[in-house]
Amino acid sequence: MKSLKNHISLIIALFTVLASVQIYVAVDRTIAAYETRLKDDYSVIVVSNKAFVPSEFKSMSSMIERSEPISTAQVLDRLKGEMSQKNLDLLRLTLPKFYRIYLNRYPSPKEINNLQRLLQRNPAIERVEGFAQTHDTIYKLMLLFKNVVQVFSIAIAAVTSLLILKEMRLWQFQHAERMSIMALFGAPVWLRSAVLFRLAIVDAIIATIILCLAFYVIDYYGFLITQLKAVGISVQLFNFVNDSLRSLGIALGISVALTFMIVIFPNEED
Amino acid sequence: MDKVIIAQNLSLSYKEFETIISKASFSIDAGSFVFITGASGSGKSTLLKSFYGAIEPKQGQLSVGGVNMNRISTSKLNFLRRHIGIVFQDYKLIKEWTIEKNVMLPLIISGYTSDVSGTQVQKLLGHVKLIHQAGKYPLELSGGEQQRVAMARALAHNPILILADEPTGNLDEYSSSVIWSLLEGANTQLKTTVVVVTHHIPEELNVPYKHYHIDAGNINEIA
Repeated sequence: MKSLKNHISLIIALFTVLASVQIYVAVDRTIAAYETRLKDDYSVIVVSNKAFVPSEFKSMSSMIERSEPISTAQVLDRLKGEMSQKNLDLLRLTLPKFYRIYLNRYPSPKEINNLQRLLQRNPAIERVEGFAQTHDTIYKLMLLFKNVVQVFSIAIAAVTSLLILKEMRLWQFQHAERMSIMALFGAPVWLRSAVLFRLAIVDAIIATIILCLAFYVIDYYGFLITQLKAVGISVQLFNFVNDSLRSLGIALGISVALTFMIVIFPNEED
Repeated sequence: MDKVIIAQNLSLSYKEFETIISKASFSIDAGSFVFITGASGSGKSTLLKSFYGAIEPKQGQLSVGGVNMNRISTSKLNFLRRHIGIVFQDYKLIKEWTIEKNVMLPLIISGYTSDVSGTQVQKLLGHVKLIHQAGKYPLELSGGEQQRVAMARALAHNPILILADEPTGNLDEYSSSVIWSLLEGANTQLKTTVVVVTHHIPEELNVPYKHYHIDAGNINEIA
């Protein structure tokens, strides 16, 4: 019973670290998906007094993915009843050319300003409109959320690692008699501590399995995914193969590294 | 004759100013049977501990099996201990392991295959008359039986030296006689050096032996 309690303590601690990492990964993926959506929706409007071919815009900046002209026919059609044909023809001749420019990624506010300045250097371009303000606020909020989650994940990992270290010292104490008897017969440190490594590895595997099941259920039943879809974000919160392998790596890494630490630097009181 | 243990001006102490053994010089021949006696607290167990590196010489020189015990490295100490069999008064068996696995311990440490160690363990458990108890755990056995297991463990890897600290201190007559006959057998048949720390030298012993007595930190050979 006591041994089971010790196992559960380590499994819960490892699960907490893995869950905080997985939450960070999920938030990162959500923001990446939102960035893609913003990028697809986002475009810069350029007003020029001469016609441009798409390759001319592309050569101006590596950020520009493609461009398309905005037709003025619809505006002119609306004015048909209010203006004479002669004035309309004159307006058609003097009306500037409008272009919609799509970018290959969602730019930061600084990048938008740089792009605007770059485009405006061309004497034929009269005006550039970035429209970044609306998207930018939500995007900044999401980045803030991501940073907060990152800070929390690091803090949780640090505190939990200390708890795991304490737990392993307890294990070391529990197995001290066995380890000292083995030492009397010349067992090297790694053989004496094999029991600690075995416990650490088994608990790391159990913690990973629990994490995978928990996130698989969250992903499968989709309570979060439905909410994200409602705001137009489509994202896979848990990639079974990649995420479970990464979690197993982290769990094994932490538990084995901390076991190494207590084996190499035993307590002065031991 | 080769010497297994050589001590020159050996002083041992636990604390800086409390010397337990003072400037002792003696040697133990390979293949000999040696008793170390002395009153309680005289330092006989401390001396035995210095032979397996549990305590370092404070002054002087100590060599065990050709290994200098002064500032011995961990790897050298482990190597030496793999050639020594130790028997303690309190048995020091691993209680989570079966009797069979306990006896196998030195063979596991020395890297023997399970086939070899299995055969050796069966043979030794036969010698100590515990073959039928192989699957039991130490706490299921009596004190005498546990000490016989510890004896089998000490012999498992054919050590060059057996160190026994009060091996029959808590035992009944039958278990004591088994232990003494095993120590005798190891000494006469395998030519293993045996060093026993005890209060009383058994009368029924059939091997020639040397006797050292510790008194007030001095070690004297008794003729």
